[in-house]
Amino acid sequence: MIVYVLQRLLGLVPVLFGITVVIFLTMKLIPGDVARALLGPMATDQSLAQLRHALGLDQAIHVQYAKWLWRALHGDLGLSPIVHKPVVDLLLPKFGNTLILAGASFALAVLGGVAVGVLAASRQQTVVDRAAMGASLVIGNMPPFWLGLVLIVFFAINLRWLPSLGMYSSRGAGGFSDLLAHLIMPTIATAAAPAAIIARMTRASVLEILGQDYIKVARSKGLSERAVLGLHALRVAWPPILTISGLQLGYLLGGAVFTEEVFGWPGLGRQLVSSVLARDVQAVQGAALFIALSFVMVNLVVDLLNLYLDPRSRPA
Amino acid sequence: MATTSTALTVTPAASRARRPRGALAQSARAFARDRQAMVGLLIIAIIGGAALAAPLVSPWDPLTSAAVERLSPIGTPGHLLGTDEQGRDILSRLIWGGRASLLVGILPTVTAGLIALGLGLLAGYLGGGLDHVIMRALDVFFAFPLVLLAIAIVGVIGPGMDNQMFALTVVLVPYSTRVVRTATLSVKPLEFVEAARALGASGGRLIGRHLLPNVLPPLLVYTSTLVGMMIVASAGLSFLGLGVQPPTPDWGVMVGNGRLVLYRAAHVATIPGVVIVVAALAFNFVGDGLREALDPRARR
Repeated sequence: MIVYVLQRLLGLVPVLFGITVVIFLTMKLIPGDVARALLGPMATDQSLAQLRHALGLDQAIHVQYAKWLWRALHGDLGLSPIVHKPVVDLLLPKFGNTLILAGASFALAVLGGVAVGVLAASRQQTVVDRAAMGASLVIGNMPPFWLGLVLIVFFAINLRWLPSLGMYSSRGAGGFSDLLAHLIMPTIATAAAPAAIIARMTRASVLEILGQDYIKVARSKGLSERAVLGLHALRVAWPPILTISGLQLGYLLGGAVFTEEVFGWPGLGRQLVSSVLARDVQAVQGAALFIALSFVMVNLVVDLLNLYLDPRSRPA
Repeated sequence: MATTSTALTVTPAASRARRPRGALAQSARAFARDRQAMVGLLIIAIIGGAALAAPLVSPWDPLTSAAVERLSPIGTPGHLLGTDEQGRDILSRLIWGGRASLLVGILPTVTAGLIALGLGLLAGYLGGGLDHVIMRALDVFFAFPLVLLAIAIVGVIGPGMDNQMFALTVVLVPYSTRVVRTATLSVKPLEFVEAARALGASGGRLIGRHLLPNVLPPLLVYTSTLVGMMIVASAGLSFLGLGVQPPTPDWGVMVGNGRLVLYRAAHVATIPGVVIVVAALAFNFVGDGLREALDPRARR
């Protein structure tokens, strides 16, 4: 077990290395001369050479990479030329906001998805089952940005129940309840499609278990259907559910970009999009690094959690 | 001894030569019986047909704006689905928009599938160092959520429809390659491949004649389900302003423009979204139908 964990951690090294190389190189591939962009068209050859030297651009590419990596490891991702701020200072608060949205959405997606999936499986081939699976099929194909707009039309414009923009109201005390009110619609929009996929997987997984002999034994000895589901079926069915849920995290983070944009949620995804539109390469680079690292970490946690919870997945 | 071994190796190869046609016909019949898949195919035919025949079926020019008719509601005479913020006919823009929207959904998926076919077959068939290099390189791509990677790539090469398709192709290649490689690895050790090898078949013949026909069905199924997802994803990029650029009609662009007038006329943004959902659903129906038709184990 410990050996496997160590192997898994060691396996991360080449992936992390690859991520930094890819991010570094893609930024180098951008057409145009950085020094000329900074100094303008009137710059002399001598001043261009001086600046290139000062920025280290005249060094070999692997030296540049090593220096960039060294600085990145020390939390220095450079300066955003658009907002005139260190990229780390720009991204860190946004990252926290995205964590709030992603965390709430993930919780909703897993809870909602598993609940609907179990319900559908326990009422197999009934109206409930068909309605739940039909709905999950449609919801699973909804673009999150469109679902967000539909929610705004209903709950912000027509019913006036919920705020449609930002994290806090510009007026009023703010606080946790205000945050919660702002969080509801973005969370639903982000969670909907992953929840639909989790629901379908849960149903399939539970149904497979319900067909097994030991479930028949449990039923024939007179256990209630609730006990059969809760005590026997779910305990075995849920490792694959966990794996699928973990896989949905990437999907969820991708979806969060759109909901952040639609609901004006000041997160990393929204920052990424506005940096892309502003051609702020430093910030795009930083955001890509943030996203990739957190995604790798999340996948690691899911893997290890699975290992801990499901003895069958452990290597002999 | 020699005769028995020849008999053993020839029989599976000979039976294979007959089997594909029968299996294909059987799969085609299973697919045709699948009502859901047929509905999906019908929807795709209608949307795709309308997009192709847009100059003939579109009631208005998709770019002509009429200031006096701005934001007409659904059911306005002459404008079945109303007009947008510039007074352009929404139905006409939906029909024309199908061209860009379907293209950016389908073309990257198919291109990525073809690249993946080459990479996956090579990695799976040759194995060893090349396999290791290809798969580790692709592992790096799995470290990024798909849509975010596409956005970052567009960030580097700049917004626009061509760059959008390029970015989507790049992010899809690792996923499809994994499918092809897995399928290759599962077929490679089977007896009929061994038999063909023992008969002296060349590497090219082994891949083309024996591995390819067995790798194509899972890739086809995977690609068809990806198309639905990519229609949603590419609409998202266009919605953000990173893909298809206005005034070119596109479903994602339409939702993005409609968002600006959401408080005054919600239908401008919501109607194109419905079309995106329906199109994505239709491709998923077809994908599910293909899966059940091509994989006997999945048949109901």
